[in-house]
Amino acid sequence: MASITSKLYSDDVSLLVVLLDTNPFLWSGENTTTNSLSFPKFLTHVFSFLNSILLLNQLNQVVVIATGLNSCDYIYDSSSSPTTVESLENGRMPALCSKLLQNLEEFLARDQELNKDESPPGIASSLLSGSLSLALCYIQKVFRSGPLHPQPRILCLQGSSDGPEQYVAIMNAIFSAQRSMVPIDACVIGAQHSAFLQQASYITGGVYLKPPQLDGLFQYLSTVFSTDLQSRSFLQLPKPVGVDFRASCFCHKKTIDMGYICSVCLSIFCKHHKKCSTCGGHYLVSCKISGFQV
Amino acid sequence: MSNFGTGSRYEPKNTTNGEERQLTGEGEEEDEEDEEGNGRGMAAWERAYADERSWENLQEDESGILHAIDNKVLHHAQYRRRIRSLFSSATTSRIQKGLIRYLYIVIDLSRAASEMDFRPSRMAVVAKHVEAFIREFFDQNPLSHIGLVTIKDGVAQCLTDLGGSPDSHIKALMGKLECSGDSSLQNALDLVHGYLNQIPSYGHREVLILYSALSTCDPGDIMETIQKCKKSKIRCSVVGLSAEIYICKHLCQETGGSYTVALDESHFKELLLEHAPPPPAIAEFAIANLIKMGFPQRAAEGVVSICSCHKEAKVGGGYTCPRCKARVCELPIECQICGLTLVSSPHLARSYHHLFPITPFVEVSSSLVNNPHHRLPKTCFGCRQTFLAPGNKSSFHVACSKCNQHFCLDCDIYIHESLHNCPGCESRRFQSK
Repeated sequence: MASITSKLYSDDVSLLVVLLDTNPFLWSGENTTTNSLSFPKFLTHVFSFLNSILLLNQLNQVVVIATGLNSCDYIYDSSSSPTTVESLENGRMPALCSKLLQNLEEFLARDQELNKDESPPGIASSLLSGSLSLALCYIQKVFRSGPLHPQPRILCLQGSSDGPEQYVAIMNAIFSAQRSMVPIDACVIGAQHSAFLQQASYITGGVYLKPPQLDGLFQYLSTVFSTDLQSRSFLQLPKPVGVDFRASCFCHKKTIDMGYICSVCLSIFCKHHKKCSTCGGHYLVSCKISGFQV
Repeated sequence: MSNFGTGSRYEPKNTTNGEERQLTGEGEEEDEEDEEGNGRGMAAWERAYADERSWENLQEDESGILHAIDNKVLHHAQYRRRIRSLFSSATTSRIQKGLIRYLYIVIDLSRAASEMDFRPSRMAVVAKHVEAFIREFFDQNPLSHIGLVTIKDGVAQCLTDLGGSPDSHIKALMGKLECSGDSSLQNALDLVHGYLNQIPSYGHREVLILYSALSTCDPGDIMETIQKCKKSKIRCSVVGLSAEIYICKHLCQETGGSYTVALDESHFKELLLEHAPPPPAIAEFAIANLIKMGFPQRAAEGVVSICSCHKEAKVGGGYTCPRCKARVCELPIECQICGLTLVSSPHLARSYHHLFPITPFVEVSSSLVNNPHHRLPKTCFGCRQTFLAPGNKSSFHVACSKCNQHFCLDCDIYIHESLHNCPGCESRRFQSK
């Protein structure tokens, strides 16, 4: 039995972890981009895409994690023991849809209950850092399961804007993914580009795409994001263009070309200050560090 | 008649004395016909004894019965001890860490480094692990610099200057691996002291000495040198490979470093990698300063320019220094033309987890776990691994004290050593008390 499995485990078996943005402000708001794509239509595109992943290879696995407004949770895991009764007729397909929808509904109900009165109106950001952390923990479990395992990757279907309070957590997740060699792909369905996801894709070697026409979302997903990692080497995928790695200063939040860094806490300032606002260190001398020989 | 010329290919592991090895080597040659082969030709059952030392995985309990050691729980217990020692001082206050480090690695290439108690020799093991350490160091401290110094024939020589590129150090190290002569601690300290005095005042000065010898041959008074280092605020740490030496212990105690002695190769690797994350900093050691840095943008594709690091024309790629507009190939780097330190925001972000560490998870007491009245989660929050071991008893796991989510041991290690985010805390917008 073991030798047969090892023959089936070729390089193109993938584990795809999909992070679905379920932020109600994104889907129900007056956002003009998502007016062309309602949440139910979005889900049909995603379900067709997930089915196609599972059909590409018998051993492919799909895990779906929902990125909510107030919480994140696992919605679907294709490798968990299926309730075999419903899956007998048409393979795994109907079971995927019904199970996923059921779990998603329960998740959204729980997420809404967690709303507090003082939450601000408008499109708030969803908890991307939480779902990225969950995805990475799951992927580590797969790595530990032995020498024969699928190649994992993460796909973020994100529409909410970046929450600056999550910057450190998202960067930690990105560096951990880079070390484990897990690419983070991003398909942005919101109105504006996401700087965090652009950096994530660039650093981890994933693909970043903001589809110009959302009613053809399935087309973009199946041509760009469904190929396994082995095949990506001979495909022409969207290249990273214009990734801005400049930092923003802590005082005005504008991006700067040159700035001053506090040597204790690494806070970034655009002008010379007498005192660091983050760590309280006093700067004695304004040293022009003209460069120690490298 | 036995063959002396071919030497012993089958080396027993536990001898450090060269003579003893020679004798048993000859004995083995005679048995060559009987065994399957030595070294390369060993059967799997022989390898279990020769290479893996399978008897070491057993331990006796009080009644004398042998049990196999449960490696997983042991590994986790080791990791917990390490975390606890790091967090021993007040967990709520954030300990200041030296993030901009100037570290000299002093490698002992004296006669003692050719000893074979570490296979194939101490020098080879040290070189291999120093390469891994350098990469790990730059991964965790992108704004820091490393320099290499070797001690050979009683003289200390600088192998590479303080620099930020890992490949140049590794190449230089691998090219010069010969050992001879005595080892001199004082010469090494003098040399390093001279170099570290020239660095900017905001940098943390550190020395890591990898010492194989059991003695030191010094031209003068080493105590004076130690006091000189202490006054210059250089933090010296030593990782010994042979035995504990008083002078190393004294040096580390005086300068505030750590002294550890490696028991075997994997222990050495662990001890070495402990020096990669920034050590707790003593505030007076480095003066807080504002360092001017540049954040270059990536040059447009298809632009031809002369690269300032390789001095040749290159097409596309690269970064442009915001002050003098010179082209550089990679970051972080110091611009060769105007001397501005060029970094990108991810490099700074790599160090943020040192500033905002997550608290260690607490163990879930077994009495609570097996109590049927408490409804505790049955699966790990991070990876959905079930806690139920065979027999329907919940196995040992941990929980976060802030968000009360339960995690398995493997997730615990991964979260604290690599991810630095608690998935439970990140997945809750409003923390319920």
